Amino acid sequence: MVEEAAAAIAAPNGTVTRRLLAAASGAAAEAVAIPLGAIVVSLLVFGLFVALAGVNPLAVYGYMVEGSVGSWFSVQNTLTRAAPLILTGLCTALPAQAGLMIIGGEGAFVIGGLVAAMAGVALTGAPALVAILAMAAAGIVAGGIWVAFAGALRHWRGVNETISSLLLNYIAIAILNQVVEGVFRDPRSLNKPSSPSIGYDHMIATIPGTEIHWGLVVGIVAAVCAYVLIRHTTIGFAARVAGGNVRAARMVGLPIARLVVLTCFLGGAAAGLAGMIEVAAVQERASADLVTGYGYTGILVAFLARQNPLALIPVAILLGGISASGGLLQRHLGLPDAATVVLQGIVFVVILASDAVYGRIPWFNRPEGNA
Amino acid sequence: MISKKISRRHVLGSAAAFGAGAGLATALPLRPAFAATTTVGFIYVGPHDDFGYNQAHAQGAAAVKKMSGVKVLEEENVPEDVAVTKTMESMIQEDGASLLFPTSFGYFDPYILREAPKYPKVRFEHSGGLWTVKDPKNIGSYFGYIFEAQHVNGIVAGFSSKSGKLGFVAAKPIPQVLQNINAFTLGARLINPKATTSVIFTGDWSMPVKEAEATNSLIDQGIDVVTMHVDSPKVVVQTAAKRGAMVCGYHCSQAALAPQAYLTGAEWNWTDLYPKFVTMWMKGEEIPNFYRGGFKEGLIRQSPYGPKVSAEAKTRADTVKAALTAGNYVIFKGPLKDNSGKEVLAAGQELIQSNATDAKLESMNFLVEGVLGSLPA
Repeated sequence: MVEEAAAAIAAPNGTVTRRLLAAASGAAAEAVAIPLGAIVVSLLVFGLFVALAGVNPLAVYGYMVEGSVGSWFSVQNTLTRAAPLILTGLCTALPAQAGLMIIGGEGAFVIGGLVAAMAGVALTGAPALVAILAMAAAGIVAGGIWVAFAGALRHWRGVNETISSLLLNYIAIAILNQVVEGVFRDPRSLNKPSSPSIGYDHMIATIPGTEIHWGLVVGIVAAVCAYVLIRHTTIGFAARVAGGNVRAARMVGLPIARLVVLTCFLGGAAAGLAGMIEVAAVQERASADLVTGYGYTGILVAFLARQNPLALIPVAILLGGISASGGLLQRHLGLPDAATVVLQGIVFVVILASDAVYGRIPWFNRPEGNA
Repeated sequence: MISKKISRRHVLGSAAAFGAGAGLATALPLRPAFAATTTVGFIYVGPHDDFGYNQAHAQGAAAVKKMSGVKVLEEENVPEDVAVTKTMESMIQEDGASLLFPTSFGYFDPYILREAPKYPKVRFEHSGGLWTVKDPKNIGSYFGYIFEAQHVNGIVAGFSSKSGKLGFVAAKPIPQVLQNINAFTLGARLINPKATTSVIFTGDWSMPVKEAEATNSLIDQGIDVVTMHVDSPKVVVQTAAKRGAMVCGYHCSQAALAPQAYLTGAEWNWTDLYPKFVTMWMKGEEIPNFYRGGFKEGLIRQSPYGPKVSAEAKTRADTVKAALTAGNYVIFKGPLKDNSGKEVLAAGQELIQSNATDAKLESMNFLVEGVLGSLPA
């Protein structure tokens, strides 16, 4: 794509541009149709799986629809669960542009939440807006530095960033437990070690007329900003060039170190912000409950979205819907909680496998592209 | 131009999916009709068949299922975050539940505290004994003095251990866990004044790998009776039995996992309490907001003795259990020293379990003499 674009700019000839546009729209159609097809295949495989477990697949699909979009309550349930996943998805999707495979969203989420809670407790007497903004800044900076560290280790020390970011998750959780059971413990939290409350008045409200907190809007805005950054700025272009071919990027003099650390910082900042929102909109304090697993689900979200920041939004909503419908499957069909995990796993494997069919379906690759 | 195309397709596609979804949901007869039955929801933080904390509650739910005029809903693996809020709301709004048992300790604050005012006609019954007078009146919180049963475990362990070395695999050094470690050790030392309990804290409620490592490490030190306070004792029980050690169970009976090695166990008795609360709710009687008790109130029970328990041990354990049931036995009484030799209770001082406001019992922060291990500073 990048090379083609460069060619088109170099030779602004009508035929080339038309072909390029046709190819691009074919690719866009492909990028939507293949994941959708993969989801349908996953649902069919899942249907087979539940049928083998002795449950009627049609009933399962019915409850999944009811539990995820069947009522206003379900829609809100889905969107509430999707909110943190957009941000933790960015933690993998942004460094991926620069060619890094970061799976440290969980650690950045936990550290972001913990540091935000500290800021929130320190600002107990301050006006709500000041406290919330300070908490957000604290979460962003803490989460950003956390993942930037993995990027820096990669660039200057050659440490594999996938392994280091994974291990940083465990370190973050250990720090969280150490701090909330020690220096930052509310002495009244006898049997459930927790930090003091940030105060109910300083919590993020819900969007008027709904039960969904503002974290959803923050996530969508962040995803759109990330998309603009990646697709429509020189920094984003440079990052993608570095991600595509780091030697070529070095040859043309791109600042690789800065790009690697910056994309990691931004990814970590998104996950740290998600942790801050978890504290400020849901949990009210830091405790071991900050280890939610959203960071790990975010990896799944980023892969399903093929690392495209805009695509994170529908994918997060899809996974939010699957998890929202899990309750009905348990209560009405007696399926174990693991059923939704199995479905997530099937979706993940099928989407990865569907990578193999890109560019092989003739319909999307007609030369004059009247798709 | 390209992006416009995508977004239009996207929007149309998701709108179509949404419409189809909503249509399907209304077309299918999924929503249960509201009948004259009472719907009761149980929410567990882990698997309902974990041989531990959650299974004890699921056994209570199973007892409620046998009642007539009651419909039971169950949901497992619900974490202490927005998920439990949504599960509670879903049980209320979609299934018409009027009585909920969100059973994890961490569900109380802030989740139950925030939901209760939104649904004043629904009753929230929480396991943990956390309700105070300033909290909403449609919340109840109950708990058992299960350390009484750990004390009886300790007596049986004291008789059964040949080495006098006992082991305790614990999650976190919080008061509830320390009460159990101390009560167990005091029980064992009634029988063998030289008995010691080695404690290993794993750091969290469900750490199967660390629990197995801790159990192995304890047995390597010559320990021959192991007990625990973790969410699922399964791994500890199986590891200990495989290594030839004996075990005292916790939460519910793990005898089925190790029929020979299992001595006895400290169990919650939710199978009696839950049908009682549900009956009160159906009759419109007032359920107490704050309800705690031990053997006397029937909130806890002892697993049946295993084949390795001697007749002498059974007699002694039964005597203490009878005294606890009668309410005239105090476990923590002075003079009592902690394991650094410092006196924590002076002669004549007692921590009476039924006195729920006893701050020293509620916030226990010491390990008694005979416990090998230390608390984080």
